[in-house]
Formats: sequence, C-alpha cells, structure tokens
Amino acid sequence: MIVAEPKPIEEIVKSLEGCKEIVVAACGTCVTVCMAGGEKEALELATLLELRCPGIRARVVAPKRQCDVEFLDEIAGDAENADVILSMGCGAGVQFMAERFCGKPVIPAVNTKFIGVTRDMGVWTEMCQGCGDCILEKTGGVCPVTRCSKSNFNGPCGGSSNGKCEVDPVIDCGWQLIYDRLKALGKLEKLFEIIEPKDWRSSRDGGPRRVEKAEMRIKE
Amino acid sequence: MSEGKSNLQKILEAGIFSVTAEIGPPMSADADFVRKRAVELKGKIDAANVTDNQTAIVRMSSIIASYLALLEDMEPVVQMTCRDRNRIAIQSDLLGAYALGLRNVLCLSGDHQSFGNHPQAKNVYDIDSIQLLQALKKMKEEKVFMSGKPTKKPAEFFLGATANPFADPEELQLIRLQKKIRVGAQFIQTQAIYDVDRFAAWMEKVRKAGLHKKAYILAGILVNKSLKSIEMTKKVAGMLVPDVFVERMKNAASQESEGVKIALELIEAIRKIDGVSGIHIMAVGWESIVPEIVKKAGFLPRPAI
Repeated sequence: MIVAEPKPIEEIVKSLEGCKEIVVAACGTCVTVCMAGGEKEALELATLLELRCPGIRARVVAPKRQCDVEFLDEIAGDAENADVILSMGCGAGVQFMAERFCGKPVIPAVNTKFIGVTRDMGVWTEMCQGCGDCILEKTGGVCPVTRCSKSNFNGPCGGSSNGKCEVDPVIDCGWQLIYDRLKALGKLEKLFEIIEPKDWRSSRDGGPRRVEKAEMRIKE
Repeated sequence: MSEGKSNLQKILEAGIFSVTAEIGPPMSADADFVRKRAVELKGKIDAANVTDNQTAIVRMSSIIASYLALLEDMEPVVQMTCRDRNRIAIQSDLLGAYALGLRNVLCLSGDHQSFGNHPQAKNVYDIDSIQLLQALKKMKEEKVFMSGKPTKKPAEFFLGATANPFADPEELQLIRLQKKIRVGAQFIQTQAIYDVDRFAAWMEKVRKAGLHKKAYILAGILVNKSLKSIEMTKKVAGMLVPDVFVERMKNAASQESEGVKIALELIEAIRKIDGVSGIHIMAVGWESIVPEIVKKAGFLPRPAI
C-alpha cells in the first residue's frame, strides 16, 4: 500500500485561514489501511478543525478512492459547494482531486511517505521505491534499492553491523536480510553475480511515468 | 608520474611493503593547508589518500586537493565516492583527474550523508562502488565509457577498493571483496584494525581464496591521540576496538604517547601476517604524527622507484 501520515494540525489550520466551508475527503484504500486518511480519521479531523477554528464548517466525504475519477464524480456535489477541499488521500489523490475540481483549492492533509507494509500494529515500513525494473528475483525477495540506505546492488557497505544499518539502529541492513534469505533458500551463489549498473530510466529519472495496457486502450 | 604507472603501483609490483597515509582536505578553500600536509608527508610515505568529503562533511574537492599535493611531489590517491555524483559526473571528474596527472583512485560507497553536516542533502548512489570499479576497468581496457561509447584517451587508473574485515555478514563481506577484485580492484585498503587475531583469521580466508595474489592488501591502522578519540572510534559502525586499548588510553600517563605506542604495536603485528602488502595509516585529525610513526616503525627511507 501507499503509506502516509497525518500532517501536524497546526500546518493544516494555517492552510485553511479564511475558509468557512470545507470538505474533508477521506480515501477508502491505502490511507485507510495505514490509518492516516480513512473515514474514521476524516471524521476526527473534521471535529478537531471545527473546535480549533471557530466559524469553520467541515463536512466529511468518503469516496472509495481518490485515484479514479468515477469515485470523484460521486462527491462532486459536496466538493463544488465547499470553499476548499482538504484531501486525506496520498499525493496522487490530492492531485487527481485538484484536476477534477479545478476551480477549488485542494489542500493535502497527510504526508505521503512510501510504498510499504504493516510491519506491526501501528508500524509501517518501506519496501518498494517503484523503480520500474524489479530485481527481487536476484536478491531473495528483498529489495536492495529500497532497503539498503545506499541502494547498493552488490552487497553491504562496511557499515553493516550485527544485522543493522549504520544510518539508524532501527533499520535492518538490507544486505543482511538478502544474505539470510538466500542462505535459507540454499542460493548463496546468487551473491557472486555482479549486478550491472541500473538503467534508471525505468524509475523517476526518466521523467513522470506512464503505463499503458494496449488491450484496454482498444476498447475506447 | 604524469604518464605510466603510479609510484604506489610500482612499489607494490616490486614487492616492497608499501606505506600510505591520508590527507584530509580542509573545510575551506585554503590551498596552503593541503600543501603543508603534502610537504610534511613527502618522502615519508609512498602515497597519500585524499579523502572525498569524508563522513559527508563538505571539504575541498578530493581531486583538486590531490592535484595540490601532486604539485608538491606527494603522490595522491584520489578517493571517489558514489554518494555525491552520478555516472556522468564521476566519469567526467575522473577524466579530468587523469588529465591532471593523478594516477590512483580508491572507489568507495561513501559515508551516508546523514552522518555529515548536510544531512538534508539528497544522495545519488546511481552506481555502487563495484559498478564504479567495473566501469573504470572497462574504460582502461576497452577504451569505453559506461555507455559503451568509445573514448580516444581513457583514464587508466591504478584502482583501489576498501574492505572491512569486521563488518557483517562476514561471509557476504568476503564475497563482496572477491567481486571487487574480480571487477577491477588492484589494491584493497582495509578498515582500521585493532583486533589483530580477528584480522589474521580474516587474512587466512583471504589467502584461502587466493585474493592476496590478485590484489594488494593494505592494512588500515588508525592512530588515536586521546581517550576521547579512541572512544569515538569504538562507536563507529563496523569498527571493532577491544576494551583493552580503551583501558590503556585511560590509564596512560601520556595519551598521545600511548596512542603512538598502540599504533606501532599493531603495525608490528600486522606486517608479519602473510599476504599483507602494505600499511595504510589513518591519523584522522592528527596527521602531523605520521612521519614519527613511519620512522619509529622502521619504514624509512622510502624507496625511490
């Protein structure tokens, strides 16, 4: 999922200066799962804003997701009547709302962090950077681009100690994880392979990306 | 040495035990600082590593400071990290370095920027240190850039890499060393050694894999000036400092003398280990002590080749 966390309330309050009618838009997918921008968090935020900012009226809408226009059409009535839309979706949701409701300011209520997993109750960790050319087959299903702080492709740096990364002791050394996994699989020989320099054009370095599925396009 | 092999390469190829040290460029544009260090070390060591924004603290460029040292007849080893430059900048800068007459390059990942004085910086890590070595070997042997496009006059560096005998996981670190040598590393500088027994055990594995015959292993020695310095060293990830050395510094009448004594003892023990081709002295923040250590260790005079 895409993991996000709520922005500080002070930052949100500041961005709403002078607004009276606001729509707080939850999103029913990723940010619901990571408890940053689901309907529950939206209701809490709306209540809090009404308490903090006298004169503000906050209405909550909860589209199934903000990254598909059909669900935005469903909330168009509420959105059009507001002074401002406060989106609790990820960065994609905020931008898509801004495109759909082009006459309205759309303000983010969360910081979008990463593609990750629920590691523990209330803990989410990063697993994927969406680099566009997956090499997990070579590395035992552990991503060196994301989980090594230096995105080393050919083994750990000299700062790996007791399974931890030198950057922060709460971070596991990605290459220790790769090693442990390949060892368990009996495939340590994979570590002798030289992984060639990456073609970063598949990543963000090639500019904003686009995926097209031809057979879906034909239907148009 | 503007053409052909570097002094360091010639010394090692002649089977002479090499002695190298470091010049940490200043956190300023002070060229005299580098010149002074270079003059102090001239004739005392075979080559001086010039660090590349070590610990991610902004300092004078390694290549420029290397050139200033070269002008004083102190052969430098340019350090090049993968942290701050993409493949375009790395290749470009190293073409320039070679054009200036620099002949040794040590390829490193680089300390993560979170340790330095600009932790807000975006890092690069376009390529890793193994891919960098591979690219520089290919440039040398096949006269091509990483893109595969040809160059008429490639940079033909004597290529170095690092190894940490104390980092984890040990087996994987050794595989990584093998990879570094396979893709082009001709000399290997190790992390600073305090635990000689553990280093000797590591060297046994290195010899077993025949790596000491494929690349020159230069053993790293750190010189501590004070108790505080050795305590800080102990805290660095991937450093193994047995408590006995900390205790010795604590109890010493003169911490400076004790620091030198420890370094000399370590050098004496390490130089006897089969497969070690040289000593690399890192006297971070106390570079002026290097000539004394080299002299007391019996490394003088340095051979002129």
